[in-house]
Amino acid sequence: MNHSQKRKIKEGAIETILFLCALFSVFITLGIVFILSYESFGFFKEVSLKEFFTGTQWTPLFAEPKFGILPLIMGTLLTTGIALSVALPLGLLVAVYLSEFAPHKMREIIKPVLELLAAVPTVVYGYFALLFLTPILQRFIPDLSGFNALSPGIIMGIMIIPYVSSVSEDAMIAVPMHIREGSYAMGATKFQTAFKVIIPSAFSGIAAAFIIGISRAIGETMVVAIAAGGMPNLTANPLEPVQTLTAYIVQVSLGDAPHGTVEYKTIFAAGITLFFMTLGFNILGFWLRKRIREVY
Amino acid sequence: MVNSTLKSEVRNLNFHYGDLHALKNINLPIERRKVTALIGPSGCGKTTFLRCFNRMHDLYPHNRYGGEIILYPDGINIVSPEIDPIEIRMQISMVFQKPNPFPKSIYENVAYGLRVRGIKKKQILDEKVEKSLRGAALWEEVKDRLYDPAFELSGGQQQRLCIARALATDPRILLFDEPTSALDPTATSRIEALIVELKKEVTIIIVTHNMQQAARVSDYTAFMYLGELIEFDNTDKIFTTPANRLTEEYITGRFG
Repeated sequence: MNHSQKRKIKEGAIETILFLCALFSVFITLGIVFILSYESFGFFKEVSLKEFFTGTQWTPLFAEPKFGILPLIMGTLLTTGIALSVALPLGLLVAVYLSEFAPHKMREIIKPVLELLAAVPTVVYGYFALLFLTPILQRFIPDLSGFNALSPGIIMGIMIIPYVSSVSEDAMIAVPMHIREGSYAMGATKFQTAFKVIIPSAFSGIAAAFIIGISRAIGETMVVAIAAGGMPNLTANPLEPVQTLTAYIVQVSLGDAPHGTVEYKTIFAAGITLFFMTLGFNILGFWLRKRIREVY
Repeated sequence: MVNSTLKSEVRNLNFHYGDLHALKNINLPIERRKVTALIGPSGCGKTTFLRCFNRMHDLYPHNRYGGEIILYPDGINIVSPEIDPIEIRMQISMVFQKPNPFPKSIYENVAYGLRVRGIKKKQILDEKVEKSLRGAALWEEVKDRLYDPAFELSGGQQQRLCIARALATDPRILLFDEPTSALDPTATSRIEALIVELKKEVTIIIVTHNMQQAARVSDYTAFMYLGELIEFDNTDKIFTTPANRLTEEYITGRFG
């Protein structure tokens, strides 16, 4: 066997191994989607889609079970909404500061510290919300129950700031210098340049950062499972306890719903609902990025 | 004492990028409503020099100006540390090498400089935008689509848009940094014709790599080499009978 044949075999083997790695992750994804669909299908044989999407009570574990998913969706949207109203503006401002204002040294300090925020285990955030933030908030809002949507929502927002800020900052740093200079040359201040030129220029990247933040908030489990309570509650009041899709899944997974029962299958129904919600936002993000592509 | 035809006067200007002495003792008059071209081989400091006029170097750390660039009639020193660079940029506009419109509509691009000055009245903005677009010979092409994104314009149109943007604030000096280097010959000749037209109203300094361009558009030419001003004279003189051997070698293409 000559040199070139050996090389061909080696290259071929490497290519095959890499292909199998890629195939493996695709296979896992397909497997998850399959299991979710299969078990949900079993669920929807017993519970009508109409009841699932229009019912206002979610009590699958009660003697007289009700299977309306709306309270869980509402709980998810409520905590996500609160989290985003913290994370998006703060994350964007942090990104503007880091990319346009911060001296080099300051950036070297702030960036790793911010990334540490993302490294804190979420269970710690959960207890932080329950045992630290909720009691503080209760001093100002006496009506706030011990478990509520507000406190974990805020904490989740703080938790996802680094996701939003780091992707937004990358997008802003990538705005070419000649665009920035064009603005300064017109007599604009740093502030005007950042808000009138840099943010619009980096819009698609910032939108992507927002989408990551949204998906992260929708999928977050531990913080809400610990601090938001365990009661499905169709409410838009952040002071009340709520349960999210994720927290419900945790609750039932940890319990003793026997395999094959409808209680057991509710996990998958909730899971596939969650899956479609995050999928929807990811598609939206993809579409936004394609539609509003910068031409520098 | 001050010559009334002078718009600006550069006196013993020095500039350092950190330890690099990029401009050395430059002295140069800038005549009012004339085009002054800066020519010289790459790295000679002509762009560095141009960017002193609107204090662009202040955007980056470790840069240092020395000497004076006096702006007439008020006689302020542009490169003095006491002068706010934003004040300078409000009066001296710049057109860059590569067209750099903002991700906004054509209208908003031109109105940008006015908006950052806090001008909000629609009537004033409308008037200025139209006047500037006419001044940049772009009005007829865009008047029906002022609210379309500026990115939809061609490269040459984008550069004229950038000129309109620069004109909108009634600058006292207009700086051009190789404005046609990214454009095709047709777009280039339109910009050149425009520069000749614009000098009726505004003082222009242009950096160019292209000697024919300097010869075509400018009244005065400064030849720079290794951070020094080698020769300054009427453009005709520089291109026909240069006094300095280096200038002659450069314009005849023996180096560059």
